[in-house]
This record gives sequence, structure tokens and C-alpha cells, in this order.
Amino acid sequence: MDTSEDILQQAPPDIVRGTDTRRAAKSARLPPSFVSWLQAGPMMLVFVAFFLIPLVFVVIVSFWDYNEYQLLPALSGRGYTDTFEGCIAQLPDLCTIAKTYLKTLKLCFLVWAITLFIGFWVAYFLAFHVKSKTWQMGLSLLCTIPFWTSNVIRMIAWIPLLGRNGLVNSGLMKTGLINQPLEWLLFSEFSVVLALVHLFTFFMVVPIFNSMIRIDKSLIEAAYDAGATGFQTLVNVIVPLAKPGIVIGSIFVITIVMGDFITIGVMGGQQIAAAGKIIETRVNALQFPAAAANAVILLVITFLIITMMSRIVDIKKEL
Amino acid sequence: MTKTTKTSGVSRRTLLKGTAGLAGLAAGSGAITGFPYVMSAEPKVLRYLGTAVNEGDDISKQCLKDTGIKIEYITATTDDVTKRVMTQPNSFDVLDTEYFSLKKIVPSGNILALDAKKIKEFDNITPVFTKGETPGGKKIGGQGTAPWKVLYLEGKDSKKFATSPTEYVTLIPTVYNADTLGIRPDIIKRPINSWAELLNPEFKGKASILNIPSIGIMDAAMVVEAAGKYKYADKGNMTKEEIDLTMKVMTEAKKAGQFRAFWKDFNESVNLMASGETVIQSMWSPAVTKVRSMGIACTFQPLKEGYRSWASGFCVSKGVSGPKLDWAYEFVNWFLSGYAGAYLNRQGYYSAVLSTAKANMEPYEWAYWMEGKPAEKDIKAPDGSLLEKAGSVRDGGSYEDRMGAVACWNAVMDENDYMVRKWNEFIAA
Repeated sequence: MDTSEDILQQAPPDIVRGTDTRRAAKSARLPPSFVSWLQAGPMMLVFVAFFLIPLVFVVIVSFWDYNEYQLLPALSGRGYTDTFEGCIAQLPDLCTIAKTYLKTLKLCFLVWAITLFIGFWVAYFLAFHVKSKTWQMGLSLLCTIPFWTSNVIRMIAWIPLLGRNGLVNSGLMKTGLINQPLEWLLFSEFSVVLALVHLFTFFMVVPIFNSMIRIDKSLIEAAYDAGATGFQTLVNVIVPLAKPGIVIGSIFVITIVMGDFITIGVMGGQQIAAAGKIIETRVNALQFPAAAANAVILLVITFLIITMMSRIVDIKKEL
Repeated sequence: MTKTTKTSGVSRRTLLKGTAGLAGLAAGSGAITGFPYVMSAEPKVLRYLGTAVNEGDDISKQCLKDTGIKIEYITATTDDVTKRVMTQPNSFDVLDTEYFSLKKIVPSGNILALDAKKIKEFDNITPVFTKGETPGGKKIGGQGTAPWKVLYLEGKDSKKFATSPTEYVTLIPTVYNADTLGIRPDIIKRPINSWAELLNPEFKGKASILNIPSIGIMDAAMVVEAAGKYKYADKGNMTKEEIDLTMKVMTEAKKAGQFRAFWKDFNESVNLMASGETVIQSMWSPAVTKVRSMGIACTFQPLKEGYRSWASGFCVSKGVSGPKLDWAYEFVNWFLSGYAGAYLNRQGYYSAVLSTAKANMEPYEWAYWMEGKPAEKDIKAPDGSLLEKAGSVRDGGSYEDRMGAVACWNAVMDENDYMVRKWNEFIAA
């Protein structure tokens, strides 16, 4: 802040008055800190209005009471106590919320690991094997194909493919590999993971590709010249330098999967619990404080995961 | 990212509520201070909030032609309709909703009861709604939120349901039906006659129920009772112990892999059945018809324990007054005057005023849909597509047979909050 004042004080009076047209261009140069506030301002306003304020409301409402048809603005922990109902009484059996989060975390981990593996190699291919910029662009755009259709249509389309009488099952039966249709292909954890990976690998590819493309090629040449094998170069040069991309991609995938309930619902035949699903059921039953409490819990857990990940890599520093 | 939108969902609604309130206030003050001639020059427009069941384009077109009222549909799922009534009561004029949601909506004070005296056909409304019996005199099962229990209010602004008829009607009845299990007779190849079959291990991995907790648990209760495991005092209003017992039976079935998937929307149920993923599931009548129109055998199977029924009707938002209220009455009166009733009957639903619907249907259509007689000619949908070939008979037979066999009605329980928690537990099991 004091820098901006300094600049103002140092500026010749005619510039401040803006009378000198010759130097008008210079006078338009606003103090740097003001410029950066101006640049960040619109995003910040959007962020405050559509994220921070609603979030504060959610936290407040989560401590309210409710009945069948209205919110009761009185301090109450009911949203939370109901959510953790039976967590101690049912031991050693897990309570609903614990089961739900274990399931969500399991799906999240599987999707994260698979999208990271696939995304890393796709990005690697794009960054190091595709030489022409045009092809790199073209091939990256190909990765967006899953987003060309609506979410619902995309998921309904899996039924004729993976269903009991679907293409995969009838194909396998014709080749004689199986006698009975495989039931676990659809409405199972397998199909949920498959659909999520199909949808979200793109979110891994882009940031990792972005990191890789910025790796100085001479570093790789240096590694080669120093006698490193391809694997050593990968582990000691490329992976460390691609870390920011990996972490950013991971944050994308993890936050999306943690909150997803539509894909898990449709692909899991509505029989697989998800943290988001609990919130949806509560909202539909007009139990807003309970829904808000669950949203806060989900937010806290997701935030913990992200914090742990940013402990591993300091994104700010790397960027 | 998904997370962000979700966590902010509740408060976004709160914000919307605020803005809708302001907008309503502005509109309201305009109505008071505005000049009368401006009002009369306004086109007659009614914002109509409801589920897709009654919202045919043909209906709104015909209504515009007959009355000059332009209907603007706001379509939402059953849950979202209720949510909208609670949080944005000024965002609609006419509300089309189910009777079971009244237990939530009426205490909120966001709707205005209509005056029975201003409804021309009110006395001709089927006794299913007013007395709980069919026109032929058959007593209808009253478990759950049966319409006659919540049809009247004690006074104009009362939030209490009257036990005897008054002139203040919560919802003017429009449409209703009796739901049961849909089956694939070509795959099952044997007669099905009990709700208990839903949990028969023979159909392991091929059964499904509705994933709307308040309705799903009713179907589950039909199954529990049919299997002889328990007899409920009122399936639509269970005690905590009864909820526990019902969910235990369902959880065991789920863990054993009985269910292929749960469905939530019309098309999901059609897809599951048509693709052969399921062969027995709770279903809605038009969904069965749709599967059949794809050339796939599907039966809306009457069962000995009876049907689970639902009904819906019209009321208006509390913000509606003056000429708009008159249009609303005009619209409701038009709706009961026959065209819409016939339209609904031809989809396999039932209209609330039978006499006017009958006058708008061909005798062979009436005989097929309402009297359970074999179709004399091909039966066509309102859009002209072929539904049934000549000679076929409606599943479950006549109106008397189907409505007379209703065992319970869609409901909101007193222990709704507990039930929803148990439902989440069931999904997580």
C-alpha cells in the first residue's frame, strides 16, 4: 500500500492533474498494487458473492433446527447429532455416515489412482512424443469428446453396452468366454469407477500436460548425456517437475468425485452410498439444516484431503 | 467443483427465497396501486407449477383456445415442487401437487385454499375423493394420506384439516391412479399375484423399487405385509419400530443382491424394464404403456393385496388475488369440464370428474379404459400413436375393480425425519 502512496507523492503535479497530454500515457499507469486489486477484483467479487457468502449461510443453517415445513432459527446441533447417530452405540459395526464416507473415499481413491495413471501417460505422450503444436492441440481437444454429450445421455448410453443383454455381455457369450451374463458390469462399483474415470481423466491430462510442456528439454538432454536411463529420467526429472500438474489434477478429480452423487447414483443403480447422496436425500425431504450439516462435514473432509496433498507439494512455490 | 455447487445449494435457495420475496412484494404493491384499466388490458397468464403428469401441451393449447388463459408450465419433480412451494411461494400462481405433500405445504401457510362453491363441477367429483368409495359403492383402503382426510380446511386461513366437509378445499382433485408392480410376463412365464414376489429369490438381481423414500417404503410395506411378516396399523404412518422392521427386511434383500437398481424417474423405470435389467419392479401406468409401445411385453400386474394409490389436484399460491384469482378459478373449472379429463383418461390415469370426461371420449375408448372391456378398435394415445391393438383388455380391468382395490395412499409420515435417515442407512448398507 505504501508503495502506491510513494508513487503518487513522487509524481509531478501536472501528471496528477493530467493536463500534460504528451505524458498522458504515463499518467494512466496506476499504482501497481491498485492494478493488481483491479485485476483480481471481479473474480474476488464473484468468489465472495457466490461462494463465501453462501458458504457462511450453509454453516449457519447447519446449526439450526427444523420441522416438516420450515427452518427454525434456533441454535441446534441436531443436524450433526442425527448424522452421527449410532456411531458409538453400534460399535464395532460402522454407522451410516462412516460406511458412506468409507465407500466414497474408496471410490475416490480408485478413480484418482486410475485417472492419474492414464492421465499421466496421455499427457506424457502429448508433451514428449507429439512434436507439432497443431497435433498437440488437436489431440488434447480429442480428450474433450466425453463432454460433447449431456451427462444424463452419456450415462444412459452405458446400459446398452454393459447391461445384462448389452454389447459386452453378448459379445463375450458369443465367443464362449462366459456362459452367463456378467452382472457386475453394470450397477456396480466397477461401472461407477469406469464412468467416473471416463468423465474425469481429462481433468488430469490438462494440468499434467501443462506442467510437462514447460519442462526445459535441455534438462532431459542433460540427464541423457549424464547416462541416465529412460526410467531414471522419468523418476528423477520428469515426475518431480510435473508435480504441480499432478497435484492440481488430483485436486480437480478428488473434489469432483467426493461431491458426486449423480454419476454414482445412475451407474451404481442408486444402491451405492455417496456423501453427496445423503445431502440430496435430506434436501429433497426439506430437511435443510441436516443437509447443510452434511455439506459442512463433506467440505471439511475434502478440505483435509486437499491440505494433505498440498503438504506434499507446495503448489504456490512450484507455480 | 461439484462440491461447491452442492454445498452452496441450500443457501442459494435461501438467497432465491429472498429475491423471490422481493419480486413478489414489488408485484403485489403494483397490483394495489396499479390502474384498473392496465390490469384488464393484461393478457391472462397463469404460472402453473407441477410435475409432468398433467402438463400436456395439448391441454394448454386447448385452454388458451377455450378461455384465453395462457398457461406457463413450470415443471419439476414431486420433491422439487414441494421445495419450491416452501421456499419461493411467489414464483407460481397455480399449484398442481399431490395430496400427500399437503402435510408439509398447508402448515407453511404458502397456499390458498379454493372455495368449493366457485367450482362448478365440485358436486360431480368422484366419491373416491369425497367419501373414500368408488361410484359403485366399494370402500377404498384409507391407509396413508388418503385424499378425503386432507381435502378440507376448517376455515379460509386455517392450517387444520377438517374432518367433515367445509367449503374450503385444499386441492381441487384432478388426477389419480392406482399403482402396482410392473412385470415382464415373457421372462417370468408364470402368474404373479402377490407383492411378496418382489422379494422372491427367484428374481434375484432382477427386481427394483422406487428410490423416493416416502413412496419406496410404502411399496416395501406392501411386500412385508404380503409376505406375512407383519401387519401394519397404517402403512402410511409407521412407528419407529415399524420403520426399523421394514428397512431391516429391505436391507437383507439388498445385501442378498435382490435389487438390480433403484429408479427415480419415469424414463429410468422404462429403461430398466425394456432392457431386461429388471423383470419385476414398482412402476407407473404410463411407463408400462411405454414399454409395451416399444414392442416389449410388460404387464401392470394387479395383485391380491391391492394397489398403492396417489392423487393430485389444484390450489393457488397465497400471493394470488384479484383478477388473477378469478382466472385461476376459470382455469380450474375449465380443467374439470372434460377435455383435460378425457386427455388424462386416455393416458391410463383417471380424471376427477368422470361425467365430463366421458362426454369427451368415444364410447369404445370409455369402454376400454374405464369399464375394462376388450377394445373394439385400436386404442390410441392422445398424440395419435397406437397404444393397444383391438381386442386387448386393460391390466387390472375396470375403474371399479382397480380403484376399489386400493389398499393405501402415498403419504408423509409423522416420523418422516427418522424414515429418511433410515433410508440413507439402507442405501449405505
